Amino acid sequence: MSSVLPLAILMTSLGVAPVILMMPDSARRLRTGFNLAAASLKVALVAWLSYEVAHGASFDLRHSIAPGLELHLQADALSVLFLALSSILWLLTTIYAVGYLEGGTDRSRFFGFFSLCVASTVGIAMAGNLFTFLVFFELLTLATWPLVVHRGTSEAHRAGRIYLAYTLGGGLALTLGTIWLYALAGEVAFEPRGVLGELPQTAPLALTAIFVLLIAGVGVKAALVPLHGWLPLSMVAPAPVSALLHAVAVVKAGAFGIMRIVYDVYGVETVQAMGLAAPLAGLAALTILWGSFRALTQDDLKKRLAYSTVSQVSYITLGVALISPVAAIGGLAHLVHQGIMKITLFLAAGNFAEGEGVKTVRAMDGMGQRMPGAMLAFTVGALGMIGIPPLAGFVSKWYLGAGGLDAGQPMVIALLAGSSLLNAAYFLPILYRGWFCPVPEGATPGRRLGWMLAIPPATTATLVLAAGLLASAPFSPLGWTRFIVSLEYL
Amino acid sequence: MSDISLIVLLPLLAAVLTAALPPQAAAVGALATALNALLAANLGRQILQGGPVTEAIGDWAAPLGIAFVADGLAGVMLAMTAIVGLAVSLQAAAGPARAGFWPLWMATLGALNGLFLSSDLFNIYVAFEILGLAAVGLTALAGTRAALRAAFDYLTAGLVGSLLVLLGIALSYSVTGRVDMEAVVLLTQSDTGRIALALIAAGLVVKAALFPLHFWMPAAHSSAAPAASALLSALVVKGALYLVLRLSLEGGAGTEFLRNTLAVLGAGGMLWGAWNALRAERLKLLVAHSTVAQIGLIALAIGVAGNPFETGLWQAAALLMLSHALAKAAMFLAVGRIAEALGHDRISGLNREELRPGPAEFAFAIAAISLVGLPPTAGFIGKWFLIEGLIDEGGIHWIALILLGTALSAAYLSRVVSRCLRGGPHVAATAQRPPWRTGDVAALGLATGALLLGLAAALPITLLETPFA
Repeated sequence: MSSVLPLAILMTSLGVAPVILMMPDSARRLRTGFNLAAASLKVALVAWLSYEVAHGASFDLRHSIAPGLELHLQADALSVLFLALSSILWLLTTIYAVGYLEGGTDRSRFFGFFSLCVASTVGIAMAGNLFTFLVFFELLTLATWPLVVHRGTSEAHRAGRIYLAYTLGGGLALTLGTIWLYALAGEVAFEPRGVLGELPQTAPLALTAIFVLLIAGVGVKAALVPLHGWLPLSMVAPAPVSALLHAVAVVKAGAFGIMRIVYDVYGVETVQAMGLAAPLAGLAALTILWGSFRALTQDDLKKRLAYSTVSQVSYITLGVALISPVAAIGGLAHLVHQGIMKITLFLAAGNFAEGEGVKTVRAMDGMGQRMPGAMLAFTVGALGMIGIPPLAGFVSKWYLGAGGLDAGQPMVIALLAGSSLLNAAYFLPILYRGWFCPVPEGATPGRRLGWMLAIPPATTATLVLAAGLLASAPFSPLGWTRFIVSLEYL
Repeated sequence: MSDISLIVLLPLLAAVLTAALPPQAAAVGALATALNALLAANLGRQILQGGPVTEAIGDWAAPLGIAFVADGLAGVMLAMTAIVGLAVSLQAAAGPARAGFWPLWMATLGALNGLFLSSDLFNIYVAFEILGLAAVGLTALAGTRAALRAAFDYLTAGLVGSLLVLLGIALSYSVTGRVDMEAVVLLTQSDTGRIALALIAAGLVVKAALFPLHFWMPAAHSSAAPAASALLSALVVKGALYLVLRLSLEGGAGTEFLRNTLAVLGAGGMLWGAWNALRAERLKLLVAHSTVAQIGLIALAIGVAGNPFETGLWQAAALLMLSHALAKAAMFLAVGRIAEALGHDRISGLNREELRPGPAEFAFAIAAISLVGLPPTAGFIGKWFLIEGLIDEGGIHWIALILLGTALSAAYLSRVVSRCLRGGPHVAATAQRPPWRTGDVAALGLATGALLLGLAAALPITLLETPFA
């Protein structure tokens, strides 16, 4: 039993992908039914797994590839956090994508790679050692590329090339770091508090170099400045892809990788002792500010959201790098909170573009009257990002701030305040235009969107509210992260 | 008759039969390929269970007699040949095969099997000659002016290579007085012996199309028919590379100078092939230049293996040979199908077609993942062991070169794959996919095999770890 559940969770997207890829484009009903059934089954399986893990069960699936190389899937508390996020948001995004791509071409290819993308994410979440993590991390790169270039325009292909250059380059750094660490330490399993033993004393230089390689490798996907250049460009992809890239799959895989490396490979004490935490925190702080500054001047709605992602994902890195349990809770909770907030924003933005043809901030005037539902969802997401209580983003920022004080870094408060001001400066004008500016003269009423486009953002907006209001419930993202952090720090 | 002699004689017999009975050639050839696969699998099982299998022909022991030895390395090479052979035969049996394909392919198969199993230098030379001549025939089979021209160049280069090898073997016999593999160690101990080894190595470098003596190869591999290109690129050059590896394991490339030269040439080929593949305008030429690069990588892996038995580096080389064989054969078969469906193989035109990408383009993409060496392919496992071994030996400059080669291979292969992802404005909504053909099945099967082989790498590695004869 203990090996079947992780495999089933993986196969409900990895096994589904080839089947969907083989289906003819015309088999719309069959494909959609199959896809949604698999996505729902995955949510159910993940719920079961979470329940078991919360009650102390352990899961293990091992396959030996070569002497010293093992594919290892497991499920610890940190896995469950990422699994729950990706399985729920995958279901919602799939529903949305079915509605969004109505009448488009190459839909079997799209949904096939969409499934493969989530399969990689799930694999990353359940990876039990660095090798397995690397395998799924690279698979994610390959699975996302066809989605980025899906529109087939030259612009899309250019973005795809740049995406591939960045992520494969990062992949090389990660591969080299991983092999080096395996050569030094043997198999690198993920264990709370790290697995390096005496190595920090005997080979500090090599370990520092490996840390830089590993963090650079995952940092590309986490869009750490200066490795973030691919992300705004990849906005040419269709809205559900952007949502998936930004909220669930790619940037989160990067952030999750940073967590695994700091917590479960090196261990926080070692990272602190080797003097690697402060530079990482500094890089995160720089990224938070830089992303926000760039977001200010973007008129293209999706680009503004993209730079906002650059900034917000680094809250997670900051929470990890501050080396304080309180900050860690904030960072980990933000993994989920940023996911649900950002997916709400992207799905709503996709609806503005689909319903009214609005793609820029300037054209947002009167959106509250033209599309009240989508505008409401967008507002919840934006206010959450700014950190208005009682929304999810407030909870993350509260813990990050308290963690900064706990770690003896009061500058973090200033950083958070500055970042929140910038968040407000780039989100509030959109809300102002949407709710308080009149509908422009001559704006023609757009098309009505079906339930497949309307329900997902409404659901995620509700989740944003719930994650904030019910933060102290045991199964809330915050409650779960407290459980994880207690394993790492106690 | 034992399995060992059977696996050499069966294809040679089939070569005669297919030449004598052209109407039944496809049936006989396909049957022989299938039997060969069964024999190879059975031999592999025997090696796994009981270690190396030896057969002294006519019960004459070395140094007088001829012995065939199937150890783990030979077993892996036989399996590689059998798998690629199955897929290529499937494609050739279903397609409009030219007269002459089957006898030539059967001769190639017999020669390769003989080469892998031979344990004396003279036998190896004979197998090598049959292989070289059959390969020239396969190149010329397409019948076009370009193919004939390329075949002539191939023949010339092959003859030079053979002469060098023969000269080396003759010299080695005069030094050691024996032709079995024991001779190789003795050769490293005298100046004349080292010259003999260098001559053999030089001949093999020509035959393996290792940079800078690869000049004949891109034209030959890109102008032959798809099935022939697949055999030439996946298997025939591996014959020479295998021999380099074998000699190195027997202590032959144990001389520092030869090993370093091999590694340097390998690195050069890796970069030069990649550079040319980046600039290639035709798909077949790109794939052929990619073979130059991949041979370079394999030669580098053989060259850096200091003391082969103490490191996994030579196993990395064997794994890279295996994965390259599957992926490159898949790629040539896929390219054949793409060119057939589109009517051309210009890379710049791939995304301007009113055809949706079909299974062949998908096969190309999967094979590309293998060639770049991304997980979970066997190419990745090979590179992993290579880099891990180099870290242990402190060969940081080699690692940098390998990573550069990897990045370049990703660059030139993504040139093609990105155009296979055509869609949107470049393709009309009514465009159709090309229909499935047997060639697609063969290409997709091989490509998937190369992909999944990484997950099952334990099997070839266990084989490789069986002790030598």
